[in-house]
Amino acid sequence: MPTLNLKLRIWRQPGPTAAGRFVEYDARDISPDASFLEMLDVVNDRLMQQGQPPIAFDHDCREGICGSCGMMINGVAHGPERGTATCQLHMRRFRDGEVIVIEPWRARAFPVIKDLVVDRSAFDRIIQAGGFISVNTGGAQDANAIPIPKGDVDRAMDAAQCIGCGACVAACPNGSASLFTAAKITHLGLLPQGRPERERRALGMVAQMDVEGFGGCTLFGECQEACPKLIGIEAISRMNRDYLRALLTVRPTANGGGGD
Amino acid sequence: MDLISRIPTGPIRDKWDRHRFELKLVNPANKRKYTILVVGSGLAGGSAAATLSELGYNVKCFCFQDSPRRAHSIAAQGGINAAKNYPNDGDSIWRLFYDTVKGGDFRAREANVYRLAQISVNIIDQCVAQGVPFAREYGGLLANRSFGGAQVSRTFYARGQTGQQLLLGAYQALEKEIAKGGVTMFPRTEMLDVIVIGGQARGIVVRDMVTGKVSSHLGDAVVLGTGGYGNVFYLSTNAKGSNATAIWRAHKRGALFGNPCYTQIHPTCIPVSGEYQSKLTLMSESLRNDGRVWVPKKKGDHRAPNEITENERDYFLERKYPSFGNLAPRDIASRAAKEVCDEGRGVGPGGLGVYLDFADAIKRLGEARIRERYGNLFEMYQRITDENPYKIPMRIYPAVHYTMGGLWVDYNLMSTIPGLFVIGEANFSDHGANRLGASALMQGLADGYFILPYTIGDYLATSRFDRVDAGHAEVGQVERAVDQRVRTLLSINGKRTVDSFHRELGKLMWDKCGMARRAEGLREAIQRIPLLREEFWRDVNVPGSDAELNQALEKAGRVADFLELGELMCRDALHREESCGGHFREEHQTEDGEAKRDDEHFAYVAAWEWRGDGQEPCLHKEPLAFENVKLAMRSYK
Repeated sequence: MPTLNLKLRIWRQPGPTAAGRFVEYDARDISPDASFLEMLDVVNDRLMQQGQPPIAFDHDCREGICGSCGMMINGVAHGPERGTATCQLHMRRFRDGEVIVIEPWRARAFPVIKDLVVDRSAFDRIIQAGGFISVNTGGAQDANAIPIPKGDVDRAMDAAQCIGCGACVAACPNGSASLFTAAKITHLGLLPQGRPERERRALGMVAQMDVEGFGGCTLFGECQEACPKLIGIEAISRMNRDYLRALLTVRPTANGGGGD
Repeated sequence: MDLISRIPTGPIRDKWDRHRFELKLVNPANKRKYTILVVGSGLAGGSAAATLSELGYNVKCFCFQDSPRRAHSIAAQGGINAAKNYPNDGDSIWRLFYDTVKGGDFRAREANVYRLAQISVNIIDQCVAQGVPFAREYGGLLANRSFGGAQVSRTFYARGQTGQQLLLGAYQALEKEIAKGGVTMFPRTEMLDVIVIGGQARGIVVRDMVTGKVSSHLGDAVVLGTGGYGNVFYLSTNAKGSNATAIWRAHKRGALFGNPCYTQIHPTCIPVSGEYQSKLTLMSESLRNDGRVWVPKKKGDHRAPNEITENERDYFLERKYPSFGNLAPRDIASRAAKEVCDEGRGVGPGGLGVYLDFADAIKRLGEARIRERYGNLFEMYQRITDENPYKIPMRIYPAVHYTMGGLWVDYNLMSTIPGLFVIGEANFSDHGANRLGASALMQGLADGYFILPYTIGDYLATSRFDRVDAGHAEVGQVERAVDQRVRTLLSINGKRTVDSFHRELGKLMWDKCGMARRAEGLREAIQRIPLLREEFWRDVNVPGSDAELNQALEKAGRVADFLELGELMCRDALHREESCGGHFREEHQTEDGEAKRDDEHFAYVAAWEWRGDGQEPCLHKEPLAFENVKLAMRSYK
């Protein structure tokens, strides 16, 4: 199979406060069966052999499930293949001689650490604001005690597949984290176990989104196109409904003795 | 050194229940006085950190990724076993216990395995309570499927992403505790050493992976949930960052290493496609519920698979093991695949592959049902190979996947360093010489949710802790040692990249200490690895500095540790003159090529003690007694 020779323009930035710039690299003799990150490995290998600092990028599982990897590839989050994370993109998608521009996720809430590595801890803080079910370990009732309609579970699973990569934020012109937040709200809200905290969850997580500096949602829909797990924006509708209902119905909890 | 397993006496069914009563408790109001350091945030580490915080302890949790949700537990696909017997097909705690002991080829501790089977039912309850969206039937109840080594359907699953959903359950619980203030999380932080003071594990030294700063954290106990060491082979199904550094450094500080040569090779992974390959992708064992494994009957038959008629195909697993067929356990299925490829009947480029064919299942169930069960796995396969598994059979080949070996622990999950606990894949634990599918998830969560929180309380309640602070001599010493090592790696300025050493080690390990081992090859590896190691410390090139994010430096430290661990694995494999589970010695096989155990001489856990650089490690043996499951030749025919 003929190999590919590509021209890469990659964002290099030595540190969080340093000025960054695009640098051009040649990627030569790349196999079409190689993955995008394997292509970068090859480029890095050559850089290191020349005594140059390699391009830093987050990655781990290399199978599209951990959410570590993520880069803008020719301006598209995770590149040209729909429903595919960067590590799952293979070089057969590119033509010989093509120019590929590679940038980190761009959002105020995701500050750059180095080169293509950004800080996505804002996502963890959104989950801390309510993306869980408040149950301690032990004492849970039998798993089959509450039947859950198959349709609900399937839809919950569709939303629960979110890998927390941040492509939705990077693709959104407003830099909104709505799809990420809505996915978790949808997953937990569809299950009976998640219902008791449904309103509190919506209020908490939406508020945290704002605190972190993400933008608001104006229904561009770019997020669902970028999402490697094909989560749809109907999740955002659900989040909005939960949030609205919460605003209308939640009362401040009374102070009282005992319990938390 | 005496290996005291602390297995409780009495009938096996009662051991854990009685033990829990006999374990000392820490008064609820006193728990907040203790600080526990948990390294690793996967199923074992994450669940442990969350649960310990819920109980009232102060917890600090560390992970090297940018978020605890990235732990490699997330990638587990197929499912989690539990002895619920919802399908009413004959399962029970006893049967799960029995299947696991047999599946481990009679090299696990019976008491630990029974406890695991017992706790399995609680795990499913906990996960459902956390909102894990396990697959359900139309009636609204949980669905089950079968996995290798079992003749019952006891596996619970969430599509082909069960690990992800279980981890997210634990991660969400962890985040809940972080929000409450019970857990302080340190992401992008790598543990590089253990601090032992007065014979107790009192802290860890870590490196901040963004700033490079080396610092220490002190506490009353240390828990390692840092995963397996499959990446010693370079190519494995592990994540790129998965490493053995935490357990290896603990090993060098006095934690014995149990059964390092028990590595698991998973039969169904996507074959290697080129030199640049960075890892191997798992195709879940659950696929073998419906896929049929075959190769052409004739050697050198390179026709397209759909041109090869039924009676020209060798469904070799069904032929060799009629009662388990395609669901034969992993070690057996992997060796069978290797055998047919070695005979020249392999498929795909390089002849290293066998077919996993869904044509019959699609005809029987329809494509929609298959898509529902395995959709994401089929997509994953197609993305990587550009072949459509709905139309042509999948090509698969065995790959390194899991390590049954790990740090030795007693019944309380404590290592030979008092106060150092090891959970999940990082310990040598319950799977014996071969792990059954869908049981790693079970073990990680059992350890983290339901075992450690009790046993660590007993340690804390019965130990005396002197006050230690950053000024303590030992703290400074370990910090300086870590710092020195980092500087050394950066100062060598040799000519070879870290990856080139890693690849060379990986290939050597795969060839000599992989699926089939022999004394000659192992001796050769034991000779060559130290030479490679010396070359590494002479000629590796690690660019950049330590005061910044430096991925080459991170890798260098991990590979340096693999270059020591690999040697120990070969020594362990050489000394164990028998075949059992994932450890196959060509010199010890039955007439039909199955593993031949030597129960008279080798029914023990090999626990190795580090004696220093350049010194041979010292072997300690923990004898294994099988009082409840009769020792038998493991047959899946």
